[in-house]
Parts: sequence; C-alpha cells; structure tokens
Amino acid sequence: MRLLGLMFAPGFFSNAPVHTALLVGGGAAVVSAVVGVFTVMRGQSFAGHALADVSSAGGAASYLLGLNPLVGFLGMAALAAGGMEWADVRDARERDLLTGVMLGAGLGLTALFLYFAAVTGSATGAAITVLFGSMFTIPASIVPVALAIAVAALAAIAAIYRPLLVSAVSEDLAQAQGTRVRLIGLVHGSALAFAVALSAMTVGAILSTALLIGPAAAGLRLADRPGRSLAIAVLTGLIATWGGILLAYDSYYWTPGRGWPVSFFIVVLVFLAYLLAGLLARVRLRGVRLAAAQPSGCGQH
Amino acid sequence: MTDAAALSVAGLGISFSGRQILKDVEFQVAPGEFCALIGPNGSGKTTLLKAIVGLVTPDSGRIAVDADGSGGTSVGYVPQKISLDAHIPLRARDVVMLGLDGARLGVPLPSRARDARVEEMLQAVGAGDFADRRIGHLSGGQQQRILVAHALVRRPRLLLLDEPLANLDVRSVAEIVALLRRLSLQYQTAILLSAHDMNPLLPVMDRIVYLANCCAVSGKADEVVRTEVLSRLYGYHVDVVRVHGRVVVIAAHEPEEIRAALARDPVHTAEIP
Ligand SMILES: Nc1ncnc2c1ncn2[C@@H]1O[C@H](COP(=O)(O)OP(=O)(O)OP(=O)(O)O)[C@@H](O)[C@H]1O
Ligand SMILES: [Mg+2]
Repeated sequence: MRLLGLMFAPGFFSNAPVHTALLVGGGAAVVSAVVGVFTVMRGQSFAGHALADVSSAGGAASYLLGLNPLVGFLGMAALAAGGMEWADVRDARERDLLTGVMLGAGLGLTALFLYFAAVTGSATGAAITVLFGSMFTIPASIVPVALAIAVAALAAIAAIYRPLLVSAVSEDLAQAQGTRVRLIGLVHGSALAFAVALSAMTVGAILSTALLIGPAAAGLRLADRPGRSLAIAVLTGLIATWGGILLAYDSYYWTPGRGWPVSFFIVVLVFLAYLLAGLLARVRLRGVRLAAAQPSGCGQH
Repeated sequence: MTDAAALSVAGLGISFSGRQILKDVEFQVAPGEFCALIGPNGSGKTTLLKAIVGLVTPDSGRIAVDADGSGGTSVGYVPQKISLDAHIPLRARDVVMLGLDGARLGVPLPSRARDARVEEMLQAVGAGDFADRRIGHLSGGQQQRILVAHALVRRPRLLLLDEPLANLDVRSVAEIVALLRRLSLQYQTAILLSAHDMNPLLPVMDRIVYLANCCAVSGKADEVVRTEVLSRLYGYHVDVVRVHGRVVVIAAHEPEEIRAALARDPVHTAEIP
C-alpha cells in the first residue's frame, strides 16, 4: 500500500488532464505500435519519421488559425502519405531522397508557421507543444475524435493483415496471389498517417517516431511470429506511455511547482525497452546456439 | 490436347519501351509435366514467367492456364530474387500458411484443418526440422524449399519456378530437383522451371522450352538440344556437345566475338600485350 502511495502521487486517478492524457496517449501508443511493426517490416521507418515532420506543419498552422491541432496534424500527414504513395518510387535510394526532401520542406513550413505564431503572440508555447508534445494540456474535447482515428487505423490494419505480411516478404509474391499491392501500400500509408497524427498530438511531431519505431523494434526482436511481435510492441508502447505520464505527474512532487515533460519520460522508457529487448534477444540466441551445439558437436571433439 | 494442357502459350509477344523481348512464343505444358525453361541471361525467362502469373502484360498473344474447377488462381509462383529479411517475424510455417490464405482480408482465425494442410506440405518438402525457425535465418536451400511449399500449398495445377537452383551447391540442387519431380507426380502439378544450365534437369525433364534471340523452341530435350535446332534459334552457329552425359552449348564464334569486343574498346586493347 505504501509502495503504491509512493508510485502514484496523490490525485493521479482523479485528475481530469491525467485522464485525457491516459486515453489519448494510450490510443496513440497502441496504434503506433501496431502500425509501426508493419512500417519497420516494410522498411519504411524513415518515411514514418518524414510524415511526422511534415505533419508538424499542419499542427503549427492549426495553432495559428485556432483549429483543432489533431485535424492539422492528420491533414498534413495524410497529404504527405498520399503524395508518397502516388509518386510510387520503387528504387530504395530514390525513395530516401524524395522522403528527405519532403521532410525538409515540411519542417520549413513548420518554422514559418511557428514564427508567425510567436510574433503575433497567438499561441505561446506552440513550438514546444507542436514539436515535443504537452500531454497534460490536451483538451478533453479531442478524446472522441482521437479514439475514432485510433479505431479506424486498427481496423484498416486488421483488414489487410495477411496481404500486408505477404507484401513485406515480397511484393511479387503478393501480386502473384492476386493482391493489389499499391492498394495495400495506400491503406498502410493512411494507417501510418493516422498513427503519426495521434502520436504527434501526444508526444509531439518530432518524438512521434519514438512511439512508432521503438516498441515495434522490440516486438520484432523478441518474437518470431507476427501476432506475438504485435503484442509485445503494444505492451511496450502502453507501458512506456502510461509510465511516462505517471512519472511526469509524480515529478511535480520531486521539483515542486515545476513538473518534467511527459515526452521525456516516454522516450526514455521506450529507449530502455529497446535496450532490454536487445539484451533478451541476445540471451535467447545464445540459449538456442547452446542447445543446437549439444547434440551435433560438428565432430570437433 | 490443347484443352487438356496445364499451360498453353500462343503467339506471345512482349516488349519493354519499344524493345522486343519475346516474339511469337508458342508452347504447351501438359498436366503433371516437368518442363525446363532454358536460355542465356537476358533471354526473357523471368519476363515469360511473370507474364504467365500476370505481373507483366503482353503486347500480343494468348496465355491459358488450366482452371482447376475450384476457381481462383491455379498458378503457384516462386520469384527469382527474394531477399528474406531477418527482421520479418515469420516462421517458415507462417510463410507456407500465407501461401494458402495470404490474399484474404481480415485476421486469420485458428483452424485445425489449415494447420494440418500446412504441416503436410512442410513434411512434403522436407522442412519438418526447420518449420519453426524464422524464415530470414534459414539457408538458401532451406528458404527455397519453404518458397516451394508456399507456392504449392494451394495445390495449383501449374507451378512456376524462376531460377530456383541458382546459388545452391551441387547437393542442394540435386535434392531440390528430385523433390520437385516427386511433388509434381504426387500432386499432378505441371512444373515450368527456369535455369540457365539444363544439365541438372536432364534426368527429370519431360520437355524443354529453349529461349534465345526473342524466340522459343520447345519439345523433348533430344529433339531441341541439337546443333541444327539451336543454331537456327540463335541465328548463328552453335555446337551442342555431349561430354560424360553433360550437354554443353558452345558458340562457335566465341573467340571472334571477344576479339571484336576488345577491338571496339581500344583503350583496353592498347594495354594488353
Ligand atoms: N521492367 C523492365 N523494363 C525494361 N526492360 C526490362 C524489364 N524487365 C526486363 N527487361 C529486359 O528484358 C530482357 C529479359 O529480361 P529477363 O529478366 O526476362 O531475362 P532472364 O532470361 O530472366 O535473365 P536472367 O537469366 O539474367 O535472369 C533483359 O534484356 C532485360 O533488360
Ligand atoms: Mg531471370
């Protein structure tokens, strides 16, 4: 009981901004983990990061115009994802170039909008919020929209689950089975835009990559089956996000009057989870090698 | 005969951006037949196989694949180059399972019947020992077996394999060839297999399709692999030589070709004493 009291600072469960953060953050973590597993498998991690950077332009614009920032993030992310799928560049190097150029252009727009926001004083702290998130200031009105986006993204991935796996192995194999691989790419791109927008809303556009790639990487390292990889990724994302919210809330009591940013804790937890996954994977691999070495011995001894 | 063929190709022409790759290609493969598709690099083997699966659209001609009555595609396909990434969290077993239902929408539900069918296929290709290992961690020969199982698990009437023997050592080549012959008899599946060396296939092939110079000749191996036939196909004289049961196709003008190529590149010839 005392330990729980130490972990959960007073008022954690009755605080409205905490509720909102737990809901929206949890949704973002689950969607990012699920979509992230496929994004990494498809070798599109960099594209995922670029979408996030471009989406920050939408977030910044919505502060300037007084719109719902989630709409801004989502609009720009969807635009960028659609653009990339439309361009349909097959060559990996060429795709990296396009992605990099798009990322730069997106961040340039963000710089412009944030500059205007700062000089007109229309939204103080917009830069920090857009780029690095501010979970305890998420308006409660966003919750239904955020959850709807989360459900839509998960439903889309569930619908194309098997064709998505085959395309990750080989697009030729998928196409030979009658799958329309461009359509699969488009649906995955949309789900990615949804995931990125949700994460941008919570941990900020720049840090959203951490929620997209970190938990997915842990899941892919630790499990040999897609279902288990997904489960591990989701669990990692949720623990990091909710743990980060808890730690940030507690931090108001460590340094009275001034808490630490939630995003910092989330990113640190994701990083630790990734390290732990690497360690576990190595231990497991050694176990497999030892077991394999026992019976055969390769005639050396 | 035409109606019963597992595959029949007629008057097939394919070109890429104006460059003719295949012209008037014509051949048939009967049910359960083992057919080798032989030709030098760039002769259009991959292109032909892709056209049969529907990954490449021909300019002209007709490709008919025997429907198996149950509807759906009855072609299994193993592409030439697949790099199976170690990041992909799929066991060999999962890859075979995706051969069965990989194009379906939605999340798969547990099914005993499906698992049994996958297990049977894994045993049939001799993959029982590594069925539960991650696909990216398997050796080239093991991956080849799994891809064959992926393509065969739906019991297609026609199995297309693009250079499945490349990058395999002599023993693995022999094992895969014997395996494919056995499977084609067991499942009555016609096989069209591309390779640039016909020798490992000579003991098992019922038929050969030889591609060169945009054209094809097909028939029994001893009808096609002859000096007159291949010389006509290539458009210049080649010698078909048999040494210790192996067949070698030699371009008689090879030395002249190389001298001509050297002469076209005077910088290099200058440095050769
Ligand atoms: N998508 C494409 N666009 C343009 N040209 C192509 C395309 N695909 C293949 N080609 C050309 O068509 C010709 C036949 O290629 P293909 O890959 O079918 O040959 P192959 O017989 O399979 O060769 P290999 O033995 O090297 O695999 C080659 O000259 C190749 O450059
Ligand atoms: Mg080829």
